[in-house]
Amino acid sequence: MATAAAAQDTDRGTDHGTTARQGVFDAAVAADERIEPRDWMPDAYRATLVRQIAQHAHSEIIGMQPEANWISRAPSLRRKAILMAKVQDEAGHGLYLYSAAETLGVSRDELLDKLHTGRQKYSSIFNYPTLTWADVGAIGWLVDGAAITNQVPLCRCSYGPYARAMVRICKEESFHQRQGYELLLALSRGTPEQHAMAQDAVDRWWWPSLMMFGPPDDASQHSAQSMAWKIKRHSNDELRQRFVDICVPQAESLGLTLPDPDLRWNEERGHYDFGPIDWTEFREVLKGNGPCNEQRLDQRRRAHEEGAWVREAAAAYAGKHSGTSETGATRA
Amino acid sequence: MTTTDWPLWEVFVRSRRGLSHTHAGSLHAPDAELALRNARDLYTRRGEGVSIWVVPSSAITASSPDEKDPFFEPAADKPYRHPTFYEIPEGVKHL
Repeated sequence: MATAAAAQDTDRGTDHGTTARQGVFDAAVAADERIEPRDWMPDAYRATLVRQIAQHAHSEIIGMQPEANWISRAPSLRRKAILMAKVQDEAGHGLYLYSAAETLGVSRDELLDKLHTGRQKYSSIFNYPTLTWADVGAIGWLVDGAAITNQVPLCRCSYGPYARAMVRICKEESFHQRQGYELLLALSRGTPEQHAMAQDAVDRWWWPSLMMFGPPDDASQHSAQSMAWKIKRHSNDELRQRFVDICVPQAESLGLTLPDPDLRWNEERGHYDFGPIDWTEFREVLKGNGPCNEQRLDQRRRAHEEGAWVREAAAAYAGKHSGTSETGATRA
Repeated sequence: MTTTDWPLWEVFVRSRRGLSHTHAGSLHAPDAELALRNARDLYTRRGEGVSIWVVPSSAITASSPDEKDPFFEPAADKPYRHPTFYEIPEGVKHL
């Protein structure tokens, strides 16, 4: 909606006007009201949202790849149908989020271009490979589980369109997590080889999943401002702790262990203590040196280029028939 | 990179018979027919709807947020439009 940018321009009349509008914005955020696309908002608030929502949308789209890798080799028709539905959901989630980003005055093409040229990021978790079928389960349980822990508070984010997209996404994510857990449980209770495969997948995905919550609070550059704006409701470390506390008993029920010798219940804190995270690895993957960074972006670009003829054909067809068929003319 | 310039459509979904269509979100599509198909795939993957409307976003006229106060103000000072405005003696029923 291009109107967002236009509304902003007219608001720049005087310093006095800006101060007054800043006051209205601050009051709305303080009162837990939602900011909507055509409301005045500080430039930095807008820029932060575009960065975050775009990165979130890109993550959903790139996130289709590691799992789609296993669709053709799913062990049963049931598992295959489930996996296809899940990958299709990820595409849908990407589209909800791109729409939300567009309400801030950026175009879809611009966002895709920034993804393809590496100027906007996606979650570094998707730069790890899916080596075995059990990885599909580990992604559902741990990666989607971490995503849910992150996303549930975003349903109350101060920006209306983002919050609404998150409500829809969270409803759909819980199937993702449960199918992953069920898949791992089947393997864990299967043959010794299957059990070992499940354990190996959990061993590889545990630490990267903890990194999904972002750097520790004292090193997180955007956190304080995002909390003040109520884009973010909880700190990275707080959410990470919540996730660990949820996962430990779930792992026990699976009959699998989490690869952390320091993991133990702390009676005093009322939480599980866990070992140090390798932030050097996190930074390296973020910089582009993860196992699959290049492969993911290459495949994304290729898919976009190979789909060009479809987009062109549809546009040409629409141009040729414009003004003739009005299917929406009758009210349902 | 090719640019598409497909127009934006707003999607309204009737979740079941007897309810009105509600705004679900938006999407890009080259024409109305594909907008409907994309809307079905995007917003009704779990049986969330029995009917969909798609409307070009450019066809929507909205009240400006800047006009908010004066535009809606006439309604604010007429509490007598609400039933709670009236005092009725205790014990009077069906009123």
